[in-house]
Amino acid sequence: MSDSSLDSLKSQWTCGKCGAPLEVASVNVSYLGSGYPVDMLVCKNCKRPLVPAELALGKMLEVEKLMEDK
Amino acid sequence: MDQTRLRELEDQCIQECAPPCAAHCPVHVDVRALTSAIATGDFQTAFKTLYKTVPFPEIIARTCNQPCQAACYRKSVGGDIQVAALELACIQRYDHLITKPMLLPQKDARVLIIGGGLSGLTAAFELVKKGYQVALYERENRLGGRLWSYNEDQLHGEVIHREIERIIDLGIEVHFNTELTPASVSSLQFDACYLGTGAGASNPFNLLTNPNHSLQVNTDTFQTSQANVFAGGSLLRPPSTIFSVSDGRRAAISIDRFLQNVSLTASRVNEGAYNTRLITNISKVDSVEIVPPAPTGYSVADAIAEANRCLQCDCMECVKVCEYLKHYGSYPRKYVREIYNNLSIIMRTRTSNKMINSCTLCGLCEEVCPTDLNMGVVNNEVRQTMVKTGKMPPSAHDFALRDMAFSNDARVALNLTADGSETCDYLFFPGCQLSASNPEYIPKLYQSLASVLPKLGVMLRCCGAPADWSGEQELFAQTMLEFKTQWLALGKPKLVLACTSCLRMFSTALPEIETLSAWQVFEAHTLFPASRQYSRSLAIHDPCTSRYVDKWQDAVRTGLDAMGITHHELEMSRDLTECCGYGGVAWLAHPELVQDILKRRASEDEADYLTYCVMCRDLLAGQGKPTLHLLDLIFGENLDQLARRKGPDYSQRHENRLRAKEKMIKLITGKEHPMTESYERYTLLLTPEMRVTLEERLILVEDVQKVIEFAETSGESFKNQQTGHTLAFFKPNLITYWVEFSREGDAWRVHNAYSHRMELEGRAS
Ligand code: SF4
Ligand code: SF4
Ligand code: SF4
Repeated sequence: MSDSSLDSLKSQWTCGKCGAPLEVASVNVSYLGSGYPVDMLVCKNCKRPLVPAELALGKMLEVEKLMEDK
Repeated sequence: MDQTRLRELEDQCIQECAPPCAAHCPVHVDVRALTSAIATGDFQTAFKTLYKTVPFPEIIARTCNQPCQAACYRKSVGGDIQVAALELACIQRYDHLITKPMLLPQKDARVLIIGGGLSGLTAAFELVKKGYQVALYERENRLGGRLWSYNEDQLHGEVIHREIERIIDLGIEVHFNTELTPASVSSLQFDACYLGTGAGASNPFNLLTNPNHSLQVNTDTFQTSQANVFAGGSLLRPPSTIFSVSDGRRAAISIDRFLQNVSLTASRVNEGAYNTRLITNISKVDSVEIVPPAPTGYSVADAIAEANRCLQCDCMECVKVCEYLKHYGSYPRKYVREIYNNLSIIMRTRTSNKMINSCTLCGLCEEVCPTDLNMGVVNNEVRQTMVKTGKMPPSAHDFALRDMAFSNDARVALNLTADGSETCDYLFFPGCQLSASNPEYIPKLYQSLASVLPKLGVMLRCCGAPADWSGEQELFAQTMLEFKTQWLALGKPKLVLACTSCLRMFSTALPEIETLSAWQVFEAHTLFPASRQYSRSLAIHDPCTSRYVDKWQDAVRTGLDAMGITHHELEMSRDLTECCGYGGVAWLAHPELVQDILKRRASEDEADYLTYCVMCRDLLAGQGKPTLHLLDLIFGENLDQLARRKGPDYSQRHENRLRAKEKMIKLITGKEHPMTESYERYTLLLTPEMRVTLEERLILVEDVQKVIEFAETSGESFKNQQTGHTLAFFKPNLITYWVEFSREGDAWRVHNAYSHRMELEGRAS
């Protein structure tokens, strides 16, 4: 994800559980046995990651398709 | 699929077989390419095509007896193509293009050619090109032999001289006025000899002859009783210039092999004239009369007109009728190779997965194929292999398989006998999609059937077709076993079906079970309501799985007659019917292709359609084609509106199955049986656009409800400071669903929903 879209998400969302702000962290995403790290927003306390629509329907979907055909 | 199976399949597709003209031409002039070039006015390319196989183009064009015409597909629809005259038309314009062929470096071996007719000259030409030293002996004082017997108008001496000189000039040593005898031959030095002396000539080698005094010659290799002596031309057969050229060339191949000391016979199939396996369908070809050439030859316009009569013969029968085969731009012989390669790939990307999963498995290709090749069977077989070897993309069929699992879940499936007894004589099995599309018809249909069938039970579940279509053999077997166990417990009732796909599944997997269609019951017991009305004649769209099931097809037509409904046939009907795109789970693998399939089918007739499969109905109507289900005619009101209704979306289809079950329980037991899950408490507010988004992203209302339930009960979510929306995710199984929502009174408004398959594993470091 681009830094600017991470920034704008960060300014909009907070954790619904503990109210803490979000921070950028590297999160491992994996599919069919292979994984790689992605920078995304997570809750500062709970560490729960936030996957925005842009990421799920863009890059993630692309990688899913690629891995399925390997 | 192994190599052997691949070869068999490749061989079964005759698309690449030569057209009859090229096959019957003993030197295989590519007539199709020749006429195709002339048809566009490109005489130059046409000439090159001819000269590639014929070293004496004008002699041949003027004298050929045209064996190519023997099986020309144009013959019966206007007359065979005037090939020789078209050849002449090219020569007259482009003869000057002839260039000297490339000669291979000279070899030591020396070949003797006896006889300067066309076959000897061709052999000399072929051998000198290969680098052999060639000496030609002719008993007359000029070359050409029988060519000089044509009258000058047909073949002028000047043409004979010109075309022969061109060949002699390549470096052939010619001896005129020399008739070889056994004595003179024995004094000559040579490694091999070609005898092309014509009928009734002397036999300088004392070769063995047949009882009728003709030489004994092997018709495949042209070898005589003496290993290094070969013979051909009109000493073997009635004179024909083109066969002489063919013999000379084929004997030259043998001589070359003999001198190289390799097998004379290996891989020499279809070398001379042969019968091709290609079949071209001319049933829709209009007759067009021959364009005769003027005595001086064709004018440009006439040659183009005549060339345009050529049918460019090929097969392509399946590709013409199947949108899927057409979409990928080739034909089955190529496709099976591609599929095989896809299976064999280990490390690289398998690019044909989508292609394999886009076939509807409808079997129309087999019906139209002259050799009965069924790409559906091939694709299904390959899907099974992919599943077994773990190479099937998980997302390919997952949605359909989960839909099937839903239908067969204890919460949704139903198994009920009429009077609470353990067994029944008949079992009504409407199929999961009829319940999903039109739950209101299930009790009505049951009641009609029960009025004539004693001891009628009902079973609501999915027949297992999605598993079979996805190549999930184990899952399919397991689904069938579950069904069979229940069927046995019910006392082996006869199955009353309303869906031809269910029929296909049961009759292939459990052939011991007796089945009949609801329509046959209606037919036998005259249950069809009389005098129904529809404003126009309906065209019947038979579902693809009704192919070869005459009894169902007939019962539907009888029913329409009984109801007083005017109807007519589509050109592609009954055994030739087309799939709507639902078959083979193609709709999931390739939605854009399914749109093309539907457009094609919908545009085949102006009339509104009538069908007897709900999926066909919903898909066709979704495409904007007014389509009725047979049950609409039997039970429906306001048919015009029914024909235009869109089918329910995926979420509604789930809901409807539950409603069908409730209705049947109520009807048979009189009991209410409301079925709710905890997440159903979350009433959703969805705009029509949001419904479309969910449908496109294959997200069900229940998936959304589960996310909201999870967020509301656990608090695990994100809050948007500006909009106040909540964003949360839930992963019931393999897929993670995200929903952005907000509370509105007693309900939840959905602002966005999306999903992903990738798993979130927490922080990398
Ligand atoms: S119609 Fe054309 S391609 Fe077909 S057999 Fe005749 S010449 Fe050959
Ligand atoms: S119908 Fe199709 S599969 Fe059959 S021979 Fe023709 S091109 Fe090949
Ligand atoms: S089975 Fe049907 S969809 Fe598949 S290739 Fe044959 S005709 Fe086309």
